[in-house]
Amino acid sequence: MKQHLLPAFRLTLVLLVVCCLIYPALVWAGAQLAPNSGQGETISHRGRVVGYDNVGQKFTRPEYFWSRPSAVDYNSAGSAGSNKGPSNPEYQATVQACLDTFLLQNPGVSKAQVPAELLTASGSGLDPHLSPAGAAVQVARVARARQLDAARVQALVAQHTQHSLLGPDRVNVLRLNVALDERSGH
Amino acid sequence: MINELLGISAIYFLTLVLALPLGHYLARVFKGEKNLLDFLQPVENGIFRLSGIDARREMSWQQHLVALLTINLVWFLLAMLVLSTQGSLPLNPDQNPSMSPDLAFNTAISFLVNCNLQHYSGESGLSYLSQLVVITFLQFVSAATGIAAAVVVFNALQTRATDKLGNFYNYFLKSLTRLLLPGSLLVALLLAFNGTPMTLQGKQELVTLQGDSVAVSRGPVAAMVAIKELGTNGGGFYGANSAHPLENPNYLTNAVENIALVIIPMAMVFALGFYLNRRKLALMIFGVMTVGFVVLLAPTVYYELQGNPAISHLGVNQELGALEGKEMRFGAAASAYWSITNTVISCGSVNSMHDSFMPLSGLTQMLGMMTNAFYGGCGVGLLNFFAYLIIAVFIAGLMVGRTPELLGKKIEAREMKIAILVTLLHPLLILAGTALTAHLYASNPQEYAGWLANPGYHGFSEMLYEFTSASANNGSGFEGLGDNTPWWNISTGVVLLLSRFLPIIGPVAIAGLLARKKYVPESAGTLPADTATFGVMVMAVIVIIAALAFFPALALGPLAEHFSLY
Repeated sequence: MKQHLLPAFRLTLVLLVVCCLIYPALVWAGAQLAPNSGQGETISHRGRVVGYDNVGQKFTRPEYFWSRPSAVDYNSAGSAGSNKGPSNPEYQATVQACLDTFLLQNPGVSKAQVPAELLTASGSGLDPHLSPAGAAVQVARVARARQLDAARVQALVAQHTQHSLLGPDRVNVLRLNVALDERSGH
Repeated sequence: MINELLGISAIYFLTLVLALPLGHYLARVFKGEKNLLDFLQPVENGIFRLSGIDARREMSWQQHLVALLTINLVWFLLAMLVLSTQGSLPLNPDQNPSMSPDLAFNTAISFLVNCNLQHYSGESGLSYLSQLVVITFLQFVSAATGIAAAVVVFNALQTRATDKLGNFYNYFLKSLTRLLLPGSLLVALLLAFNGTPMTLQGKQELVTLQGDSVAVSRGPVAAMVAIKELGTNGGGFYGANSAHPLENPNYLTNAVENIALVIIPMAMVFALGFYLNRRKLALMIFGVMTVGFVVLLAPTVYYELQGNPAISHLGVNQELGALEGKEMRFGAAASAYWSITNTVISCGSVNSMHDSFMPLSGLTQMLGMMTNAFYGGCGVGLLNFFAYLIIAVFIAGLMVGRTPELLGKKIEAREMKIAILVTLLHPLLILAGTALTAHLYASNPQEYAGWLANPGYHGFSEMLYEFTSASANNGSGFEGLGDNTPWWNISTGVVLLLSRFLPIIGPVAIAGLLARKKYVPESAGTLPADTATFGVMVMAVIVIIAALAFFPALALGPLAEHFSLY
């Protein structure tokens, strides 16, 4: 073991330079060419950065589309899921309560129209997306709060729906809400 | 739903198509034949010169193991030192504190053994220095250690009788320079161009559209996430791992990360075939692994796409499947696929929260770790499979009344004992650990109330999953478990150490013993190991060991939960 100790120590030092200095520096240099110099893509509205393209936000006001429930309340200094098991009675009660609240705040919507994602917390607590159904079910409320024609809001949702051949279709909630604000001159 | 299924099929076939040439390339690298990256030779020679290592010196299997264990000890001490002092070291823009001794112990061991049992959350638990010098560094070198050990076994299985099995440092360094470093660079750039941060700046404060103040966590994420997947370590930069939208921004990055974590374990199987020039043997191994993988994958995808029956009862629209703990950009199928690839391969990164999966999906995830040989971790997966192979050869030999042989070498009592000890160690650690913990909890539920996030059968599954994950060096968790306590930190730390190094030492020792034996050319009296029939035999051995040992525990946890829910 003794004859291996010194080489092990020296090899470790050299590899620290290679793996922790040279390698990240190369990635960093390459990332300078990426959008926003590798600091994550941001979204601006009226001259200020209002968020990251990929980081979900909390919306509570009726004139905005709401994101999914979040175990960290969209605090992006952390991230987590609820970690509730499917058979947990307390969890089932939470989902039921969430559904009741949603129906109360969205009069005219029936249970069968509410997609499960609006009642379940995402894995990260920062999910930036909804399914098209998750946005569609909120159109009536948003249109009413903004005194807009529901068809126009629905068209905006359709415009912001990202289709893909392989994964599920989705809508970026922040981008959709920014577009709404731009339309209504907020 | 169709495009979700298409998505996961595309990911699998792309992995396969890339793994085949990679296996061929790896065989050439480790045989010392001419290959694409030979221009790096001077750099490697420079590294050896600086380290005072003669990479041409041939080692016996014992010398290989001493070299491997010694350098691992150095890394452990380095990691402990940095983690327990990170609060006062540089590169800490968010002023995160130093770790407590038991947490530092658990974290250092966890990454040393290529696991990622993270009892902390990255955003608040680590400085950028620790992310780089401890986490990223160990993700590189622990993967290279596993690959190097597997190459020692490749070398030993050749037909000649010898003691000389190549040089550990040579295999180890080449795993880094010819595979892990260039591969990670590629993956990291792909991630960075898709929105994963690569910066040393701290959190960004901003006011949201609605007017709330938030701080968005950043860091040198892209560099770390690339090696986390490629090296099958799985330890995330952020607490939510690859479910975090900055760590895994879209479906494309999800596919890239998922391919990255499967490709080396798969390529190593092909590399074995090319290295020994026994392609049929590699095909048999690959076939058994793939059958096992698909058997675990299919029910998981099915149950996740079906959704939670408790939510169906509410009468809401559950067309997209069970979504608790999942992200909309991946959907239920890609989340299920990811969870099974990450548990059969001891990677353990997550893109959705396993704690919230349906009970039978939790069961298949655990079975993936309990067998731990369907593809398996970087290098070590093949070592685990090798132990099953030895047992299968022995049993099959006895059944047909022939001397058990593998690749022209006799399998005798000594090799058999080692193989059995290594395979039985895994159930012992998992079941004894879980039993001890369940006993502690049951004797004083008030005191340990913080441990379990869910009551009943699911709570038991949380404890069982944690020990399974530790013993498989996997690192994923039913994360509801309150695991940053001295009991969990120390008990799983010890399990991690034993379950990493003994399953490396065992197969390398067996291979070393076989290498010394005289080669007996295959004849009509030899039981061929490269046929489908023998593949069935190996599968039977795996099923019997995993099913018999773990069935009672699985019945108490996920099976009981399933029948209470459906």
